[in-house]
Amino acid sequence: MATTTASATETHTEQAGRNRGQRVLGRVVLYVVATGFALFAALPFAWMVLTTFKADSDLYRPANNPFVYNDPPTWHNINLLWNDTSYPTFILNTLLVAVVVVLITIAVVVPAAYALTRLTGRWGESLGILIFLVYLVPPTLLFIPLTGVVADLGLQNSKWAMVLVYPTFTIPFCTWLLMGFFRGVPWEIEEQAMIDGYSRIQAIWKTVLPVSLPGILTVVIFSFTLSLHEFVYALAFVQSSDQKTVSVGVFTELIRGDVFFWQSLMAAAALVAFPVALLYNYFLDRFIAGFTLGAVKG
Amino acid sequence: MSATTTRDERYLMDRDRVLGPLFLLPAVVYILALVGLPLVLAVLYAFSDVTVADPRISGRDDFVGFDNFRAIWSDNVFRKALRNTVVFTLISQVIVLLLANILAMVLSADFHGKRLVRFLVLLPWTTPVALGVLGWFWMLDSVYSPIDWMMREVGLLGPDTPFGPARNMYWLGTTHLAQGAVILVHVWRTLPLATVILLAGLTAIPQDIRDAADIDGAGFWRQLFYIRLPLLLPIMAVALLFAIIFAFTDLTIALVLTRGGPVNDTQVLASWAYFKGIQGGNLAQGAAIALFLLPVLVAIAIAMLRLARRAGEETA
Repeated sequence: MATTTASATETHTEQAGRNRGQRVLGRVVLYVVATGFALFAALPFAWMVLTTFKADSDLYRPANNPFVYNDPPTWHNINLLWNDTSYPTFILNTLLVAVVVVLITIAVVVPAAYALTRLTGRWGESLGILIFLVYLVPPTLLFIPLTGVVADLGLQNSKWAMVLVYPTFTIPFCTWLLMGFFRGVPWEIEEQAMIDGYSRIQAIWKTVLPVSLPGILTVVIFSFTLSLHEFVYALAFVQSSDQKTVSVGVFTELIRGDVFFWQSLMAAAALVAFPVALLYNYFLDRFIAGFTLGAVKG
Repeated sequence: MSATTTRDERYLMDRDRVLGPLFLLPAVVYILALVGLPLVLAVLYAFSDVTVADPRISGRDDFVGFDNFRAIWSDNVFRKALRNTVVFTLISQVIVLLLANILAMVLSADFHGKRLVRFLVLLPWTTPVALGVLGWFWMLDSVYSPIDWMMREVGLLGPDTPFGPARNMYWLGTTHLAQGAVILVHVWRTLPLATVILLAGLTAIPQDIRDAADIDGAGFWRQLFYIRLPLLLPIMAVALLFAIIFAFTDLTIALVLTRGGPVNDTQVLASWAYFKGIQGGNLAQGAAIALFLLPVLVAIAIAMLRLARRAGEETA
């Protein structure tokens, strides 16, 4: 082992000059590749923003260079989107659905995650994995029977159908997520609270929940963004424009036959996409930790 | 311990056996009613004659045996959709696996502007997929595509050029280009997910292993093939399984980008189930089509459980 190390150090000094050259080359390659990936990922979004502010006279002349503003940029398209389309209604519907879904998720997930970490003993963990697997049942397998169920409940063509169904994907993942947080809360502080005369529920309320606040916040953001992302159920359940959410409304209402309001369409997409991306980034690392099923201890 | 006993006697709600099931009940009821029941219904629908107008299975005479399966199988579009689903998933995920390894390596290095690059690279995953795909839809427009404009500028497109004489490529209107576009957007969408999962695995490789390899003079490629890739293999499997689920069951990309066209050449199982079941109102046939997703999903779930169990054994 010692000889290997010694000879390695020797070659190291010999090759020092060549290595510096290689290192510079490595950095260049790194920056080029990083830029390439960033461009590929962000291209459609950059294109959306560029298009949003274009005047009709500029956009619809195929000879014009599409990468610059040949005519001055304009707010006209955003005004049009805001005043003459159902976009504000879509936004309100989206927020309403998302907020109620968050409330349902919290109310269901907090007790469930607590029960699985503290009350069910050995098989709590297995049951937790089972619940997580429910998250993998895709909407495209369920949306047809659920359309029937929703119709049966008299919720067809109503945003409340989405409120009812969205927790089916937020509950499984958030339960799994929150179990991780609860596991990190020392049992002693709860026990002490109960020895001090609190009931179990009181002890949870006074000790576990305050300590797990970051976890609960993560659940809020996660269920909120996932509700904003959803497309399949929204497309299947709702047909009237006054009930639609953004992701479906923009796609179905702002494209009318062959007439496209491209700039307003792109504005509609970009205005929602960027805030959602910022929110999502906040909890992404926890999301991934959940996805890797604890296979990685980071 | 004695305190616990007296407490248990005082409050019924303090007993684990009572409180545990009570706390779990809402979650279990929700999942059983709106995931479990619909899963059963998906199978029942596929053997029945339900429609959007009459979605109720009320008796024996609502069941039609294998009629739906015979009907969808005899339809050429279904076989196209089945083939496309498999081919799109396979091709896009091979590319994703390759690119995700490169991108994860880039993001695990330190460089200026890394936070910005990470934010941008993750955009396809962090933004609502329907909205992001609209961006592609517009970039691949039949008349105003900026790609076409660039090709015209450098003399690749237009009269007397290699791709001419047309002035446009009609990316989404030509069979192979449209299929390529769908695959490209799948790669674009699932690459961030696979990358961040791999990244989590990469940062978990103990630093002393890397240091030892450096000291022993192992070069970049040796370290890649003898250390990084073997250690990453389990986590790569996880990344791939998730990415496959999202690509295989996707409806949004197919619908927003091409609506299954041209002439159903980019139709996939999920989109065909939508067109038949929801747009066409034939819930029964739609359910039968979507049911073809199930075997792959079950296989993936089993693989996932095995991985989870192995991870549990290793950490135990």
